Amino acid sequence: MRNLHYVLVLLGCLAGSLWLEFLLRTRVLRRWKRLLILTPVVVAVFSLWDWYAISRGHWFFDETQIVGIRVLGNIPVDEILFFCVIPVCAILSFEAVRSARPDWWKK
Amino acid sequence: MSYTQLSLTAIVLSIVLDIYILRTKILRQRVFWVSYAIVVFFQLLSNGLFTGLGIVKYRDAAILGGDSPDTGTPAFVGDGRLAYAPVEDLGFGFGLVVLAISLWIFLERRGIQSETTAGPPRVGWFSGRLKRF
Repeated sequence: MRNLHYVLVLLGCLAGSLWLEFLLRTRVLRRWKRLLILTPVVVAVFSLWDWYAISRGHWFFDETQIVGIRVLGNIPVDEILFFCVIPVCAILSFEAVRSARPDWWKK
Repeated sequence: MSYTQLSLTAIVLSIVLDIYILRTKILRQRVFWVSYAIVVFFQLLSNGLFTGLGIVKYRDAAILGGDSPDTGTPAFVGDGRLAYAPVEDLGFGFGLVVLAISLWIFLERRGIQSETTAGPPRVGWFSGRLKRF
């Protein structure tokens, strides 16, 4: 269970924002093609940063609180999930505000 | 480069990307800044868990503040930290959020599922409250 700490925080982020899709009809998941295109770009850019930071020792992880699978040399798979989940959460918040206040969005 | 330098670089690059490269200009929209305020609050919360529980730790050579302690939590505020996390994480988060939303709008302008828009809210109570907000 302790090894799931990182993933549980991510699930908390999803739980905190996914309800917008159903209650406010943000229709972010429905625009899945966009998510499918942008996610690999975000993952690529931030994995590169993560790889560099871990290599240079900027940050490191408690092995007992992550899943334990490393990809691309040294990046915990938990981090890759982070780069997939957080953009969706941010876009959900963005679309929720945009639909609630369309006057705050100039075309 | 240190995390401090990379964090500042990310802020500059994300502004350049949004304004000049993708030309999505979300940074000039109130919708972006209001949603970013919401996102930052939840970033401090979730990142506070990552750093407060010691899931992620930092080395003092890379950040403004000192090393993450081997046991226990780092400073909640102070020593270059905010809600246990290095202030540099704000630049990291800003870059991540701007890149994601800028690409989202870029694809919208390129006609990818542009016909789909948000709303109306499923819950009448919610829509009523939000309109008066």
